[in-house]
Amino acid sequence: MNDPAIIAEDLVFAWPGHAPVLDISRLDLARGETLFLRGPSGSGKSTLLGLIAGVLKAGSGRLDVLGHDMNSLSGAARDRLRADHLGVIFQIFNLVPYLSVTGNVTLPLLFSPERKKRVGADAAAEARRLLARLGLEGEDLLSRRVSDLSVGQQQRVAAARALIGAPDIVIADEPTSAMDSDTRDRFIRLLKEEAGAAGSALLFVSHDLSLASHFDRAVSLGDINRAKVAA
Amino acid sequence: MSALLSLAWRSLMNRKGSVLLTLMAVALSVALFLGVEKARTGAREGFDSTISGTHLIVGAPTGSVNLLLYSVFRMGNATAEISWPTYEQIAARPDIEWTIPVSLGDSHRGFRVLGTNHSYFEHYKYGRNASLRIAEGEEFSDLFDAVIGADVARELGYTVGTPLILSHGLGTADFGAGHENRPFRVSGILAPTGTPVDRTVHVSLEAITAIHVGWESGAKNPLSDSISEETIRGFNLTPKTVTVVFVGLKNPGTILRTRREINTNKGEALMAIMPGEALKELWSVTAMAERALMAVSVFVIAVGVVSILTSILTSLNERRREMSILRATGARPGHVFGLLTLEAGLVGFLGALAGIVIVHVLIAIAGPMVTQRYGISLGGTGPGYMDVMVLAGVTLASLLAGAVPAWAAFRRSLADGLSVRL
Repeated sequence: MNDPAIIAEDLVFAWPGHAPVLDISRLDLARGETLFLRGPSGSGKSTLLGLIAGVLKAGSGRLDVLGHDMNSLSGAARDRLRADHLGVIFQIFNLVPYLSVTGNVTLPLLFSPERKKRVGADAAAEARRLLARLGLEGEDLLSRRVSDLSVGQQQRVAAARALIGAPDIVIADEPTSAMDSDTRDRFIRLLKEEAGAAGSALLFVSHDLSLASHFDRAVSLGDINRAKVAA
Repeated sequence: MSALLSLAWRSLMNRKGSVLLTLMAVALSVALFLGVEKARTGAREGFDSTISGTHLIVGAPTGSVNLLLYSVFRMGNATAEISWPTYEQIAARPDIEWTIPVSLGDSHRGFRVLGTNHSYFEHYKYGRNASLRIAEGEEFSDLFDAVIGADVARELGYTVGTPLILSHGLGTADFGAGHENRPFRVSGILAPTGTPVDRTVHVSLEAITAIHVGWESGAKNPLSDSISEETIRGFNLTPKTVTVVFVGLKNPGTILRTRREINTNKGEALMAIMPGEALKELWSVTAMAERALMAVSVFVIAVGVVSILTSILTSLNERRREMSILRATGARPGHVFGLLTLEAGLVGFLGALAGIVIVHVLIAIAGPMVTQRYGISLGGTGPGYMDVMVLAGVTLASLLAGAVPAWAAFRRSLADGLSVRL
């Protein structure tokens, strides 16, 4: 596996004064790969994503993200790496309520000059292009308050935000759990397509094993996490 | 920075209602503070520019503030007068260049009447040594001529030639207790000065004597109406008393000695004051109240700034999710800190700005009312240094206050990570 997006080995994390919530033997994600990570709630999934995104720091073990040793990077450097190279989609309530649809999509560009450069001069046009690719079009829709959008629409806006500026890794944390099955399948298909078009690796986390078939590879967090987690 | 500012702005716009209330609290507190400050400096400048060029004011012994108030500002009344021979004695002093004898005590429809002579028009100065100027007509020459201030003319609609009747004392009644048997005629109208002169009816000292023929007992003698105008014109109308004397010295360097000599006058007891010094004394009396008001208004501003802090602090919990989203999309903890601080600063800045606008609108409305009532134009109340300082101060205080919730959010965003707990 040449130049992987993520490699984790013997990665341990514990909150101060507590037993480890995470003890990963091995996890890797190649560039451009789509990986399904099965993680029921309480499996340490949020902690793992926090470590990969660089908002948490591991106690011991190895975590390389895009060739950077996350355990030796400073907080500011990890923030920079996230801003420049990561897109994140949450389960629900992904959007900043006071920003417009396109304002939400272009939000990462505020914090990453590098990503802004990749997008080019007209960020709003790129946002509209991505939204259109994800099936969100029309002045009427784009001018609505984000809280007035349906859950499916909100998640597609979040996907466009994660994808803007072609980040190397897109992390999706249970993005479809609030959708019905039709919307869900379509969302996953579009997300995969666009991640592929942008050349982004996709780490898709869900408790729903039936979704695993959509992805290149599937891993269960319960299998690779040796820590005993109280659910 | 500009990106954060636009985020902060949108975030505030999203919470318009509560933000507007907080903003109003800040605006009103700033308006109170600036209002007190501007009333203070405005009144001082207004009073200070009412008289200039006069070295000493001489009257019967009383408080120096009282003497100043009734002689220059037409507030309150003289308790005693100076006899004419004593006035002549003062006027004849070798160190004195000019004197303006002034007789007060009558009124015309609420405006004070001031008896004086030509010297008043020549030597009385206000503002930065500005002289009185007759805009229409001429100085009084006939016994029953009157020169009226600009406000008197405007408010009563008088022009040159209008007849007027003075009343005894300071009541507003036109008839009954008046001098209706001795009608006057407007001979001239003074240009506006922004001082109590605008609200004064000026007549000659002899006219004051003339209208009081038959009033020697203090009340009107029923027979006085039978004395004809011709008979009165034949009388010796040299005044028996004057109320105050404005004095100009040949050499201002002798002012302290001249004052001492007048104050220790052998004959009639006199009191000489320096207008500037008496004004200072007046301000020292009001300073205590001013300081108390300032202290109160500073605290009110503090309350306004604290209300910014409170409003952001209480919104913090419901914005936890938003902070996580910002972090996930690449915001550093410093961005979160900056966003909340900027929001506080923006509310403070806009609130202070609104407060300044409110004060200036109020001054524009209230200024003319004060001038109308007291004849004093508030000075130095335009937008200036003080407004800029208050704007900067309140904005800075708000930024500092915003640092409290910002710090809480900063710490929390470090601990929360990406997990968006609800």
